[in-house]
Amino acid sequence: MSIPTDLKYTTSHEWVKTEADGTVTVGITDHAQELLGDMVFVELPDVGKTFSQKQECAVAESVKAAADVYSPISGEVVEVNSALVDNPEKINEDAFNAWLFKLKPSNASELDGLLDAAGYQNVLDNEDH
Amino acid sequence: MLIFEHARPGRRNYSQAPITTASTTDIPENLLRKNKPLLPEVSEMDTVRHYTRLSQKNFSIDTEFYPLGSCTMKYNPRACNSLAMLPQYLSRHPLAPEDTGQGYLACMYELQEILKDVTGMAEITLAPMAGAQGELIGVMMIRAYHKSRGDFERTEIIVPDAAHGTNPATAVMCGFKVVEIPTDKEGNVDLNALKAAVGPKTAGLMLTNPSTLGVFEENVTEMSRVVHEAGGLLYYDGANLNAVLGKVKPGDMGFDVIHINLHKTFSTPHGGGGPGSAPVGVGKRLLPFLPVPSVTLEDGKYRWVTEQDRPQTIGRLSAHMGNAGVLLRAYIYVRLLGRDGMHRIAEFATLNANYLMVELRKLGFEIAYPTRRASHEFIVTMKGIKDKTGVTAMNLAKRLLDKGYHAPTTYFPILVPECLLIEPAETESKQTLDAFVTAMKEILTEIAEQPDMVKNAPHTMPLRKLDDVKAARELDLFWKPDA
Repeated sequence: MSIPTDLKYTTSHEWVKTEADGTVTVGITDHAQELLGDMVFVELPDVGKTFSQKQECAVAESVKAAADVYSPISGEVVEVNSALVDNPEKINEDAFNAWLFKLKPSNASELDGLLDAAGYQNVLDNEDH
Repeated sequence: MLIFEHARPGRRNYSQAPITTASTTDIPENLLRKNKPLLPEVSEMDTVRHYTRLSQKNFSIDTEFYPLGSCTMKYNPRACNSLAMLPQYLSRHPLAPEDTGQGYLACMYELQEILKDVTGMAEITLAPMAGAQGELIGVMMIRAYHKSRGDFERTEIIVPDAAHGTNPATAVMCGFKVVEIPTDKEGNVDLNALKAAVGPKTAGLMLTNPSTLGVFEENVTEMSRVVHEAGGLLYYDGANLNAVLGKVKPGDMGFDVIHINLHKTFSTPHGGGGPGSAPVGVGKRLLPFLPVPSVTLEDGKYRWVTEQDRPQTIGRLSAHMGNAGVLLRAYIYVRLLGRDGMHRIAEFATLNANYLMVELRKLGFEIAYPTRRASHEFIVTMKGIKDKTGVTAMNLAKRLLDKGYHAPTTYFPILVPECLLIEPAETESKQTLDAFVTAMKEILTEIAEQPDMVKNAPHTMPLRKLDDVKAARELDLFWKPDA
């Protein structure tokens, strides 16, 4: 699957979309869902909670492993995609649309430090295996 | 078929026995149950056949090669079992006076001494009843040590990303924050990352060596120096002790505390949930905090060590001292092996793993850490094969069942994609290993010629491919009678 060029990325395989109202939407990449395999549970953060950049904030559990999801930037959780709780397979079906949560950034300049599609592709190409 | 499905209302053990009703007059009315318990009403014959049939469907180390090795359970020598079942052991009461239990206490004392010797630690407790409990008390002692020195700032435990999940879980259970450090390309802990991570907040480092990647930490003494200089302590997870048993002592590598899984390295049975046994060894610094009871020898007599002897102990872990039957089996195992036999375990465990690794590499399987010598286990990655054919590590594992082999560990460690963690253990012959290699070769051919057949494996098992996603999402373990 090609990597959408309108999103930003982290080396820990989250994608980030900046919305018109200044909030950012976060999910895990198609590569991440492929590595994890069939998803069975998603644990989402509480709305109102604040996280710093790279802090563990959600869990994606598959038949193979439970993986932490890290907050790509610092901010407060303003909305979560609770539809995923009953249908975690949506992440496998369409990772770039199955968002996990939305953040109100506390330091929007952190967004500039994230990878673009080409940079993320480079990360994937250089993974050990 | 479930045992409940064999049931018929009113069916009893012996249909021919006269039906009698016990007199319940001395039990108060309010304590009598109104409804029968929901137990299967089956005859003895039905029950015996049901469970015998189930046991025949089982894959077991008694019937098939089982490349899960010491990680899961080694072969349990029959001698250990029969000797531990001697009536003199079985009928001993745990509260029997020391005078009448000198024989049993002597066995436990000698087991402590042998484990001390093989790990290079100052003292051993046999009390922990599972690996997780061993880990828990190990880290509790680290906490107690810092506290006793008035050092309350040490709130972090460092854990490599290759660690077993129990390590960070244990640290969190003890109130520590987990600091994860990465692995380098050769499978060693990234030494620079460790140096950057240690500091005045470091309570300790938890390390498995050889690691879960099946390689020995080449910089272990340097790591130990770095952590100690920062004021932290070193915890040794004994999960992979089988690879170095009798060859290298964790005490000599600088570890302050270690747990040993008797149910892995020392061949005691476990599976189906237990009972495990995880003696913990400590160096001098942690000695005052060791749990009680243990056994000591004084003036030719064995006696229990209690809180009076060890006032700073972190306490007791159970009513008595560990899983007595398991400890006895381990004691008999080490006595049967002797000092010379002990290091032959490590030799044959590593020889078997390296032989298998080389043979599988010759067939074209990709080894995850090809430049490293295997310890007692090694990792094959199916990533390349999956990218080309769509056949996954899980598919190959299921196809092995068709060939009469238990699957190796799959998808662990999670650092390596599409991995198989293969551990033959020291008990397997070259002929068995060669037959396994032949089966792996056949599967490689099948993957090339008929990948869909492999993807749909197993084909010869009592149950075909299971829906593990549905099982995880909609787990339902309760049997309900048809309405």
